[in-house]
Amino acid sequence: MSRIHVTTTVNGDEREYLCSPGQTLLDALRDELGMTGSKEGCGSGDCGACTVVLDGEMVCSCLVLAAEAEGRRVDTIEGVSEGSELHPIQQKFLENAALQCGFCTPGFIVASKALLEKNPNPTETEVRYWLAGNLCRCTGYDKIVRAVMDAAAELRQERTAA
Amino acid sequence: MPSPAYHAPDTVKEATDLLAANKGAKPLAGGTDLIVQMQSGRMAPAAIVDLKRIAGLKEIREEADHFAIGAAVPCTSLKNNAALVAEWPGVVEAANLIGSVQVRNRATMAGNLCNASPAADSVPALVAAGASVVVAGPSGEREVPVEQIPTGPGKTSLGDGEFVSEIRIPRKAKGGSDAYLRSIPRTEMDIAVVGAGAQVVVDDSGTCTAARIAIGAAAPTVLLVEDAGKALVGSKLDDAAFAKMMEAVSAACNPIDDKRGTVAYRKATAGVLAKRVVEIARQRAGGN
Repeated sequence: MSRIHVTTTVNGDEREYLCSPGQTLLDALRDELGMTGSKEGCGSGDCGACTVVLDGEMVCSCLVLAAEAEGRRVDTIEGVSEGSELHPIQQKFLENAALQCGFCTPGFIVASKALLEKNPNPTETEVRYWLAGNLCRCTGYDKIVRAVMDAAAELRQERTAA
Repeated sequence: MPSPAYHAPDTVKEATDLLAANKGAKPLAGGTDLIVQMQSGRMAPAAIVDLKRIAGLKEIREEADHFAIGAAVPCTSLKNNAALVAEWPGVVEAANLIGSVQVRNRATMAGNLCNASPAADSVPALVAAGASVVVAGPSGEREVPVEQIPTGPGKTSLGDGEFVSEIRIPRKAKGGSDAYLRSIPRTEMDIAVVGAGAQVVVDDSGTCTAARIAIGAAAPTVLLVEDAGKALVGSKLDDAAFAKMMEAVSAACNPIDDKRGTVAYRKATAGVLAKRVVEIARQRAGGN
């Protein structure tokens, strides 16, 4: 079976991998590039644990073929922090105890970042609807929503100060 | 899972050639149904023909007499077209009830239609709007009303080598508007137990001059209930007309009993939802 050579930009860096035609982007990230931050929960687009940003829009990487990423831009959880300095959303997840087992957390953080980049001042309802495609079986969501609201407030302050 | 071949053609012609050359080939738009079916083993295409690199298929064009929505336009993009939102708010809302934001950033209305689920949310709205599709195939293009594409759960009228390349929604009639609602036990991330789409046109006196009612998840395919529309035309959308319309809707339904709802529940709910969407569409059209 012939493998497909793909060149794509991942978190700003040009990366290459070989994939089989039916392989998903999630599997290519994890198995070909060793980027295991994106998780497979359901493999059917229901849980959002594999959320990445593809050409500026968040998608389930389990529902994207690896071959489709040719020439595209992929942003993953690995690109959210600046080295060891956490992104404010990550910091607020810690402060609000917005995770327990942590399996869903990369997806929630990538999705929350995508929200706050589009809407810096969301209502709680907007946060809940935006995150409807991310499932968490531990926290009951309240702490996650609070963390996102806190992070939004902090990011707005940073923007005003800058 | 045996791995299919992957093609990303640049033109519609290349895509139809690839599809015609291999009966086991499947077109890929957003992939939110196809990839799930491949992963679960329900479908094992011999080849995948990705439509997203074909020029024009990711665009919405505003023509004099219709909107042309490319087969690869994701549902989220519909919300960014102000003219489309203004003329067909029901279609845009229906497409943006599907799945999550992640899913809607990929899923397309053409895919929703060709997946041929009776519960597809965007389909009743498109049928009510009087939309058609452009079917591209080895012998050229043909235009087909949306309601003639699905023939049963998972089955379409598309022939070998054919795929839906574009959805065409007519420009809104003066005094007209549309709406779509679905019944689900949750607020998001669910599949319609019943769905209803309506387009109504009212004149200055408040008399209904045209109406199209479409029902989802209540039969093997989405239903265009012509008798329901007829029950409204000529009326002031009063209680007597609504009663006739709801009766026509319930009579047309041929649903199944399943974990989402019973036959009786679906028949009754279809009528109620139809009334609600007509009321919303009338309000949007500027009536009372």
